[in-house]
Amino acid sequence: MSPAAETGTLWSAIWLTLELAVCSTAILLVLGTPLAWWLSRTRARWKEAVAAIVALPLVMPPTVLGFYLLLALGPGGPGGWLAGLAGARTLAFSFEGIVLGSVVYSLPFVVQPIRNAFEAFGDRPLEVAATLGATPWDSFWTVAIPLARPGFVTAAILGFAHTIGEFGVVLMIGGNIPGETKVLSIAVYELVETLQWHQAHLLSGGMVVFSFLVILSMLHLQRHSKGKQ
Amino acid sequence: MKGAADSRVRGHFRGTLGALGLDFAIDAPARGITAIFGPSGCGKTTVLRCVAGLRRMAGALSVKGEVWQDDASGIFRQPHDRSVGYVFQEPSLFSHLSVRDNLRYGWERSVRTGRDRTLEFDEVVDLMGLDGLLGRGPAHLSGGERQRVAVARALLAQPRLLLMDEPLAGLDRAAREEILPYVESLHRTLSVPVLYVSHDLREVARLADSMVVMDAGRSVSSGPVGEVLERLGLDRSDDDSEAGVVLDVSVTGHDDRLHLTRLEHAGQQIVLPRAPFRVGESVRLRVRARDVALATARPAALSFRNVLPGTVVETVEHSRTAFADVLVDVGGARLRARITRDALRELNLANGRRVYALVKSISLDRPAAGGPVAGTGAGP
Repeated sequence: MSPAAETGTLWSAIWLTLELAVCSTAILLVLGTPLAWWLSRTRARWKEAVAAIVALPLVMPPTVLGFYLLLALGPGGPGGWLAGLAGARTLAFSFEGIVLGSVVYSLPFVVQPIRNAFEAFGDRPLEVAATLGATPWDSFWTVAIPLARPGFVTAAILGFAHTIGEFGVVLMIGGNIPGETKVLSIAVYELVETLQWHQAHLLSGGMVVFSFLVILSMLHLQRHSKGKQ
Repeated sequence: MKGAADSRVRGHFRGTLGALGLDFAIDAPARGITAIFGPSGCGKTTVLRCVAGLRRMAGALSVKGEVWQDDASGIFRQPHDRSVGYVFQEPSLFSHLSVRDNLRYGWERSVRTGRDRTLEFDEVVDLMGLDGLLGRGPAHLSGGERQRVAVARALLAQPRLLLMDEPLAGLDRAAREEILPYVESLHRTLSVPVLYVSHDLREVARLADSMVVMDAGRSVSSGPVGEVLERLGLDRSDDDSEAGVVLDVSVTGHDDRLHLTRLEHAGQQIVLPRAPFRVGESVRLRVRARDVALATARPAALSFRNVLPGTVVETVEHSRTAFADVLVDVGGARLRARITRDALRELNLANGRRVYALVKSISLDRPAAGGPVAGTGAGP
């Protein structure tokens, strides 16, 4: 492979990874917010069971999760049925598939900080809003969301970073298709397998710096928002 | 049910409160300050939450003719559909908004709920002394300032009824003294009726026009402050040392040489150390039962300046203690004296007996509200 083509493959992997992380984080925030709100406010007896299911990806080996996702996304699962609507046979081994997988995999990292933030301010601010004439919908947007802002920042950063770092799930359900499912972590794995250590160093070193910066900026943001409260 | 009924706050709630049964009834004028008074943990806050709709218990509630809850016809208005202002014990300002935006929160929403804007933004800011604070964040305010913002915010929501849950309890003494004049001025200048929860008798005597007394989840007595206070704890010996009566009196003059202020109540003269009131002004005095002594003949050569002739109207002995309470009518006003049971027998104090009430000390509370004052100690 020519050096130019090699650089092209690297950039394609980096670009694809960023795309995956942005899509997943956006979906995670949209799905995670109502879920976190429900978990923080409901008195349903089975609420902790739901919380446990959300937290499962924290403890399960990514390969186990990937295996079940593969079945679910394949032609015989609901993912295949969904793909059928768009004229495809399966959601596995596609970009959409790994987005779905990432969402499931990173869900606890987004739901937990938002739920904590919603629980931290208690019922009082919402009661105040109600007595000031705000409907529940109104006070959710004007009081709950702004008060939970630090939680959202943490959730977005964690969700984003965790998606970038994911390997096992993508390997199981995405394979290694350049431009479609060949993300950074997969590319590093392949480079090492094929003894291209120079490129592996470039990608891996970049990841180390990136991860460091993410965590550093998160700590800064948290300190900042604590100071403001 | 129309007319007079429409200018009142009427309601009753029944339910359980932990181990306690709650059984509360209120029928108070929808003007001035009505105190809900009782010891800590007797259910006062729960009642207030039921009035606001933040908690639901079986019962009914109407405010100035508007039905907020009526179980019989299945009516229960949600808190945001009740025209209510709520000042919590802790100021509970929105930490993500400036003082101005905190104040605007209810002010803007009062339009949606169709409340008449009878209170102007600038007027309330002025009344609560918030002019210099509008641009600040809640984190940069003192405790007293925060509570003033909370009161102003509740007022700007244009409530039909303002609820205050021990708004001074979380403040230190200095902050309390700072904020009391604002609550008083609110009472004098605005027509918003207030339900004021407190366990502090001094606060109630100073602020309230009428009151409901609660004990262990039940409302045990209610009426104008003067009438309720004069009988409060008469049936109990464990009553605190603050028991006493309030008198709304008028200032008749000052003596600059001896530094005295002269007051009059129903023909009775009272003198106090010089106080900063105008002649003709109406002032509320509080006389504690333990500061009143009784004599059966006019004592001579006495340092007490306030010796009021009167008639015993009721005596109550507190069994298993040394004490008794005596209610004395002094020219229409009532005084309460805490004396020993021993003295009660030796002086042969019984209903109708002529006595002299010796008042050792009097605390000055506030200029009484303008207009006819509900709840003076004076009988008809």
